[in-house]
Amino acid sequence: MSFPKKLRGPAVLALTAFLAGCNTVVLNPSGDIAAQQGRLVVIATYLMLLIVVPVIILALLFAWRYRASNTKATYKPEWDHSTQLELVIWAAPLLIIIALGALTWISTHTLDPYRPLDRIGEKRPVPKDVKPLVIEVVALDWKWLFIYPEQGIATVNEIAAPVDRPIQFKITASGVMNSFYIPALAGQIYAMPAMETKLHAVINEPGVFEGFSANYSGAGFSDMRFKFHGTSNADFDAWVAKVKDANTKLDRDAYLALEKPSHKEVVRYFGGVAPDLYGAILNRCVAAGTMCVDQMMAKDHLTAMGAEDENCTPEEAKRRASVRALLAAQAQKQESRSE
Amino acid sequence: MTPDLQTLLLGKLSLEAIPYHEPILVMTFAAVALGGAALLGALTYFKLWGYLWREWFTSIDHKKIGVMYIIMGIIFLLRGFADAVMMRIQQSVAFGDNMGFLPPHHYDQVFTAHGVIMIFFVAMPLVTGFMNYVVPLQIGARDVAFPFLNNFSFWMTASGGALVMVSLFIGEFAKTGWLAYPPLSGIAFSPDVGVDYYIWSLQIAGVGTLLSGVNLIATIVKMRAPGMTMMKMPIFTWTSLCTNVLIVAAFPVLTAVLAMLSLDRYVGTNFFTNDLGGNAMMYVNLIWIWGHPEVYILVLPVFGIFSEVVSTFSGKRLFGYASMVYATVVITILSYLVWLHHFFTMGSGASVNSFFGITTMIISIPTGAKIFNWLFTMYRGRIQFEVPMLWTVGFMVTFTIGGMTGVLLAVPPADFVLHNSLFLIAHFHNVIIGGVLFGLMAGINFWFPKAFGFKLDAFWGKVSFWCWQIGFFFAFMPLYVLGLMGVTRRMSHFDDPSLQVWFIIAAFGAALIAAGIGAFLVQIGVSIWRRKELADFTGDPWGGRTLEWSTSSPPPAYNFAFTPRVYDNDAWHDMKAAGFQRPTGGFVDIHMPKNTGAGIILAGIAGVMGFVMIWHMWLIAGVSFAALILTAIAHTFNYNRDYYVKADEVTTTEEARTAQLAQLA
Repeated sequence: MSFPKKLRGPAVLALTAFLAGCNTVVLNPSGDIAAQQGRLVVIATYLMLLIVVPVIILALLFAWRYRASNTKATYKPEWDHSTQLELVIWAAPLLIIIALGALTWISTHTLDPYRPLDRIGEKRPVPKDVKPLVIEVVALDWKWLFIYPEQGIATVNEIAAPVDRPIQFKITASGVMNSFYIPALAGQIYAMPAMETKLHAVINEPGVFEGFSANYSGAGFSDMRFKFHGTSNADFDAWVAKVKDANTKLDRDAYLALEKPSHKEVVRYFGGVAPDLYGAILNRCVAAGTMCVDQMMAKDHLTAMGAEDENCTPEEAKRRASVRALLAAQAQKQESRSE
Repeated sequence: MTPDLQTLLLGKLSLEAIPYHEPILVMTFAAVALGGAALLGALTYFKLWGYLWREWFTSIDHKKIGVMYIIMGIIFLLRGFADAVMMRIQQSVAFGDNMGFLPPHHYDQVFTAHGVIMIFFVAMPLVTGFMNYVVPLQIGARDVAFPFLNNFSFWMTASGGALVMVSLFIGEFAKTGWLAYPPLSGIAFSPDVGVDYYIWSLQIAGVGTLLSGVNLIATIVKMRAPGMTMMKMPIFTWTSLCTNVLIVAAFPVLTAVLAMLSLDRYVGTNFFTNDLGGNAMMYVNLIWIWGHPEVYILVLPVFGIFSEVVSTFSGKRLFGYASMVYATVVITILSYLVWLHHFFTMGSGASVNSFFGITTMIISIPTGAKIFNWLFTMYRGRIQFEVPMLWTVGFMVTFTIGGMTGVLLAVPPADFVLHNSLFLIAHFHNVIIGGVLFGLMAGINFWFPKAFGFKLDAFWGKVSFWCWQIGFFFAFMPLYVLGLMGVTRRMSHFDDPSLQVWFIIAAFGAALIAAGIGAFLVQIGVSIWRRKELADFTGDPWGGRTLEWSTSSPPPAYNFAFTPRVYDNDAWHDMKAAGFQRPTGGFVDIHMPKNTGAGIILAGIAGVMGFVMIWHMWLIAGVSFAALILTAIAHTFNYNRDYYVKADEVTTTEEARTAQLAQLA
């Protein structure tokens, strides 16, 4: 049996695959968050190779050394226990996992997508006066809607952000689950209807980067892609102005038309956006006459409480007051909309 | 027929449901129809129907049921692999203007069916088949605890599988991915029958799996030979016990979550809808509370197979038996504490994600200990490189890589960049092929001579092994690279031409694996052809260590004329060393269960009921449900369930065996 020789092929292939991997976006991204995540992939891999490589070598070595035809090798058919060895075989993986576990705990907290950024790069803290750029993201069947609330614009299948300015994405979806992913910028997070997820990230290099849905969402999924532009501050302002120039406005009716399933959507610009459109999408009440989810939950809460206010504890009374305040605010908002 | 009557009888079913406009499906149907007609014709011509019915379909013998499970698994492997080949071809050609040969409507069904079939109707039947065949023999029992239930379980699994097959030609299968996440699988986004096929095939097969789990737990706990304490059980029996505990604890969760999805689809409840308080994330949590233990349900038994193989072919006791047992039990428990790692990216907080990441990593400690135990079993052994051992060494190399990438995915920030990518696909094929499938192939080569009395041809076995082993690396290493390039799963079309070369390498790997499957089929054919030369009359062709090797090959229906007495965990090895003599006289009547057609009839009715529920044929659904209940009740009045193998007959069988052994000596 020429065992190791025959397995050399796959081993070499694995190695070249790994080397080729060094030219890949996940390991060589352009945003600080993705860069830290990519580095973690490499560190964790090296840490595990400490144990995986010896295991593979031992497996092949023992298989070869103790082959039946090698009668010179020791043969101990009844030997089945060694306390020292067993300690080693449980302790070695345990030590690696302790190291990896510590790394996991720390990195999961520092790279939590919900956590506002405290740096825009290695040893580059976020400048004091810079506020994050807010982008609201809605996954539609099968295209992406981006709303810039501060700029009052919206786009389909294209976004831009200035280099080195923190970005806060607020993410939801219209109908089914998708996953919002720009590999060069940061790891993905799901876009889910009636729920909001958040992602904080920053792009460090200018350029045009691929974005797409990383969770299968139906027939048009393969083409549910968009471009992310990392730009200078001036170019970003120019881009915003260009979008603003677009005559179309994204009001509620325009949104309801846009929401309908479509394939391979081209880039679209909207120079204006209906107030609180994102909130209405999140709460599933864009269409006229539908009740918002948060409103319904507040009403349910009041109904569930049942008994009169006088009988309840002070905490409960406080909670009811806040729920009522929420309902009143929403009623007012709706009134202003209908005007 | 008036429209009302038509709806009452046929529900949503109409001629539209037949995909005669899809050439691929028409061709497939023609091939299946021709092949099926030829098979049925041959069975009729050779007058085999009666034989099949009496000796196999109605058999409650755990050995025959085990073999039927394994045959079913192999048949479905061919179907599941055909799906895989279609995906590999599509992804290696569909670039730029070329849309490939599968439109999304078809491609999305293909990847869903591939996942469902490979897990539920290939891996599960094969694993269950081995547990059925081997466990009673290993513990010195005459059958499982509930032999009729065993037959019923098999036919329910087969019935569920048949529904998946029917979906090819009548209607369509789900286009949702193999776990059918809502809202996509809800009625609003999947109004067609595909998801209903998915639900009913899994529900029906799930009944079989759950009952078989109950059966095997009872068997292992109550029916071990005297002297076989828990810590003297063979490792395969231990891993089977843990697996079946997992099945019994996990499958009801699947049943419940699918039942809730059905309610959403059929009667308009709102468990997982977007509106009226539904929440799809509950589905995702529940399905993975079943789904993660499921991967250990598949892999634990094959860990047991590897343990038996490595110790047999190293001619040595298994190293670290006790730590192997503890590792198995620890994995069993921990497998319930990790489900959330399948959706770190759905917005859980950092502390929750870290918790589930770390529990996942902890599982790699007992798994690592197992690998070391196999290593040190080989150490100072005398390793015979028979085909099962080749698969085992191949496993140790391949699975270790898959384990490493799995732990990598358990680090949440790393998962954020790799989740749902082809890296993930490469990882789980790395552990399911490199672990589960390699183990099943080792098991088939290892126990085949026990079941049929002749060995499998070694040359074609080795060809098959090398094609699979090398093909695996060609097929899945490119997917790791593509994952690192940010390529996501389930895509039917790509824009970036630089990716194509990797997909072509992967398709080449799939071709090598196809050659491996071909070689395996040739191996079986050649072995049947040369069965006289490959025959083994000893019943113990490999120098086995556990009780199944103490019987003749194939074993008599009653397995053991006298229940053996066990003193050591390698019971048969111990008996051989102590100069065991077969008893040659003093046989007594043996109490045995009788064959019954109730299992196949009940499962057949259940299959019909599933089909009519899928198509909303309410009238026939009601009738078949009533028929199911009535048949089950009628079966309880069948008191003619057992018989005695007379002492004379036992004596004849055992004397023939004695003569056979004497001839060898």
